[in-house]
Amino acid sequence: MSTDNDRPDEWPLWEIFIRARNGLDHKHCGSLHAPDSKAALHSARDVFTRRQEGVSIWAVRAEHIHASDPEAKPEMFDPAEDKIYRHPMFYKLPKEVDYM
Amino acid sequence: MTDQHMTDQHFEYLLRLADSPLILAQRLTDWCGHGPVLEEDLALSNMALDLIGQARLLLTHAGHVESKDRDEDQLAFLRTEYEYRNFTLVELPNGDFGQTTMRNFLFSAYQVEMWGRLQCSTDTELAAIAGKSIKESSYHLRHSADWVIRLGDGTEESHQRLQAALDTLWPYTAELFGADETDRAMASNGIGVDPSTLKPDWQSIVSEIVDESTLTQPPDTPFVSTGKSGRHSEHIGHLLSELQYLQRTYPGAQW
Repeated sequence: MSTDNDRPDEWPLWEIFIRARNGLDHKHCGSLHAPDSKAALHSARDVFTRRQEGVSIWAVRAEHIHASDPEAKPEMFDPAEDKIYRHPMFYKLPKEVDYM
Repeated sequence: MTDQHMTDQHFEYLLRLADSPLILAQRLTDWCGHGPVLEEDLALSNMALDLIGQARLLLTHAGHVESKDRDEDQLAFLRTEYEYRNFTLVELPNGDFGQTTMRNFLFSAYQVEMWGRLQCSTDTELAAIAGKSIKESSYHLRHSADWVIRLGDGTEESHQRLQAALDTLWPYTAELFGADETDRAMASNGIGVDPSTLKPDWQSIVSEIVDESTLTQPPDTPFVSTGKSGRHSEHIGHLLSELQYLQRTYPGAQW
């Protein structure tokens, strides 16, 4: 992953997360370049919420996001494949909490 | 005062409110595709669209008040130069990004104060337009003030450019606060606001941002521009020839 120091003349990259409505989660919607968090939020508003896409914005410096290694997928995620009993589908719920 | 005279003044007052956002929007659309960065290109286009929206509502309302069957398009596109009532400030060329930003700052601060008061207008349509527009203008102010501070208190070059922009534009701000008979009549019947009463609050916004951006407010001069009364700078003819081209060439064109 590139860091800010690679290109000192460029504004750092920010990842933008937008919450579409109250009660929903913030979802990643794209990225942009900005000199600081205030400008990042302004730009995110202008770039990503022109069509009423959101009610709240988070901006996170891309370098602060640590991603799992795609190469490590076999050991990271495949072992969950045959653990079907982890899904909560083998329990009979008491009547009182039905439709949970 | 006769009813017709009153209607004329009401119409005139609404044109004044409508034409400055209309003309500034036309200027800002020049940045479309030419912004310094993609994010700012979109921000300026968004601002232009907000201003066109304000002008459309105001011109439509003005057409109703006038009662001569003129709609927003006829008022926006088919008047002659001296019939436009915008401030000279907004018809001046864009200059560099710093000058565009400085003008947006000075004008949006004015609009915020104006809309704030017009929300209480006895013209309920105008009050509703003000209620919608103040949110847009507040964002324009927030965005442009942020850039004024950033560039004013930035590098030596950005500081110089912003100071030059402020020096260039400052003499044209006097016009924003001049009140004539129409303004006073509209203020006294509760439809409008006497623009001279906006000056103290506008000045305090400007002083705060100018101080923070380490710029220097130029001294006031006796010069007062006259765009509001239809006597414009040499720049508006070129601007209008582009603005009006389509409607003049293909009258009544729709798309």
